[in-house]
Amino acid sequence: MPERKIRVMVAKPGLDGHDRGARVLARCFRDAGFEVVYTGCHQTPEQIASAAIQEDVDLVGLSCLSGAHRALFPKVVQLLREKGASDITVIGGGIIPEQDFPMLYEAGIKAIFTPGASLDSIVEWIKTNIKPH
Amino acid sequence: MYFSDKTRKASLRLTEEWEKDVQTSLKDNPEQKTRFSTVSDMEIKRLYTPEDIHDINFENDVGVPGKFPYLRGNQATGYRGRYWTFRMFSGMGSAQDTNRRWHMLLREGQTGLSTAFDFPTLMGYDSDSPKALGEVGKCGVAIDTLEDFLALVEGIPLDEVTTSMTINPPATVLWAMYCAAAQIKGVPLAKIGGTIQNDMLKEFIAQKTFMCPPEPSVKLISDTVEFGAEHVPRWNTISISGYHIREAGSTAVQELAFTLRDGIEYVEDIIRRKKLPVDDFAARLSFFFNSHIDFFEEICKMRAARRMWAKIMRNRFGAKNPRSLWLRFHTQTAGCSLTAQQPYNNVVRTTIEALAAVLGGTQSLHTNSLDEVLCLPSEHAVEIALRTQQILAEETGVANTIDPLAGSYFIESLTNKMEEKAWEYIEKIDAMGGMVAAIEKGFPQMEIADAAYKFQHQLEAGEKIMVGVNKYVTDNQHTIPLVEIEERIGEEQIKRLKDIRRKRDSRAVKKSLDDIRNACKKGDNVMPYCIEAVRNLATLQEICDVYREVYGEYKDPGLF
Repeated sequence: MPERKIRVMVAKPGLDGHDRGARVLARCFRDAGFEVVYTGCHQTPEQIASAAIQEDVDLVGLSCLSGAHRALFPKVVQLLREKGASDITVIGGGIIPEQDFPMLYEAGIKAIFTPGASLDSIVEWIKTNIKPH
Repeated sequence: MYFSDKTRKASLRLTEEWEKDVQTSLKDNPEQKTRFSTVSDMEIKRLYTPEDIHDINFENDVGVPGKFPYLRGNQATGYRGRYWTFRMFSGMGSAQDTNRRWHMLLREGQTGLSTAFDFPTLMGYDSDSPKALGEVGKCGVAIDTLEDFLALVEGIPLDEVTTSMTINPPATVLWAMYCAAAQIKGVPLAKIGGTIQNDMLKEFIAQKTFMCPPEPSVKLISDTVEFGAEHVPRWNTISISGYHIREAGSTAVQELAFTLRDGIEYVEDIIRRKKLPVDDFAARLSFFFNSHIDFFEEICKMRAARRMWAKIMRNRFGAKNPRSLWLRFHTQTAGCSLTAQQPYNNVVRTTIEALAAVLGGTQSLHTNSLDEVLCLPSEHAVEIALRTQQILAEETGVANTIDPLAGSYFIESLTNKMEEKAWEYIEKIDAMGGMVAAIEKGFPQMEIADAAYKFQHQLEAGEKIMVGVNKYVTDNQHTIPLVEIEERIGEEQIKRLKDIRRKRDSRAVKKSLDDIRNACKKGDNVMPYCIEAVRNLATLQEICDVYREVYGEYKDPGLF
């Protein structure tokens, strides 16, 4: 049986429309051989959690540049847990001050990538840490 | 441009000799790169000579400031008559917080105001909407009702200072609040001046702040243009924006082409409505460009934009009034050129970009603060950014003469090349049936995505350099203080909003919302009804919900 590819969902929670990074990453993941779903902008945490389950992804990558990550990122993890999908890994990126890292890690975000992180380093992290289920 | 035969012969001969020298030199000292290109990846030659510009017709293609084709500027006296407007984009937390920042900026010599709204306001949601979770007051000021707006403009002389508002889907509502605030303060609408960004096409293309589908969005924009022409003649009712197209990763040529093509689409719609002849509104259309880090490319883009718009208005739309041919524009330095790493370097980048905007002939300028890549600007950072403009204007002498780079072999040649490439895009979009049709096909969106992806790869391959990111990286940490918007700001805003909902006349609110609904259904101009509704303390979202109900909601197709 051919090995199942890693399925990734790139998601934009909140009202922020800065999607340049999210879209570049979505393409990059596709080029890296992952199966990619991109939600588009303006998704609520509920929409993201439901879509992640429906699409049966292994990983959700959240992108937020508005400063709302403190409220929105933990909510996505919480909703996935409530829906019995805690096996889906959640990572995040965007304009995220270092002082917010501890609360995000504590909330269950597994990795945070900020401006300057290379595409390769993100792909590498995923290949190392995600096994398709 | 005309060169005598003697000059051209000499130029050709000398260039040939120089070519030989270059070949000799290359044998021992190869150049640093095999290909030199702008940040947009436009190839740049080793040397430009009279041969590059000799077929430019001076009278038709260059001319003088204040005359067609306006390549060299709209005003006969350039900055000698008046500097560009120092206009810092600002908005944070509550209306009171932003009002304090505005007064500080005016005290420090800013000459125009510019408003940043938070995301819920930009998207037409009240602060207590579930969609506003975590966003209230974060990226700009939160405005729910006219009461917030009155607090925002407290102590601002609305008949003296012009105010720009970066507001798109709910532009009718926020502009109605500005008009209502003026009426309440006793300032006639004919005396207020400013700009609403109100450019929805670039939202679908790039910035992604949208509410209703493209067609009704354009309808609401045309409503504001008609209302302005009749009642608020000093107001720029659209700021046709390339800034966000560029920030989304476009090339300079794409920014130029898509922006002008958006402008064409708006003019066509207003003409189609048959209420205003072109010369009755064209002078109130304004533009907004990015000034990115590639110095000459930006200057040429701005010069080309002026010449192209003059041709479009004259040839395509038959405008006669010289002011209809003017491309007047605001500029912001490029947020996406700034780096979170070694943030003090951002002051240098912003200075160079601001200089390009001035040499490109901008009418108004925002200079980014060094911390804007990380958070809203601190008072100290914004002061440095404002001083950057004041130093350029008052100390450097760059405003002494008009369009000082004109006639340069390189500048004129690059200006022409950018214009030529931009026309190709415009023709392509014309052939698709216009910009709305092109957006529905995803054309501009995908062109930009391609350019952004390519740049990211060039960066990672080291073909493009960002100091502190992929070269000259250091472990030295120079951290800067970060402005944080406290959560209590959102809580207080929600409390204020709930108080207003309790105390207002609900019947009057309902009636004015019904009036807006009827106007939308009948295709009437919504502006008078919006002013009435905000005066009755209808909230931003209540009005926007009517739009969503009648026109439907647009969802991001999520192209990548």
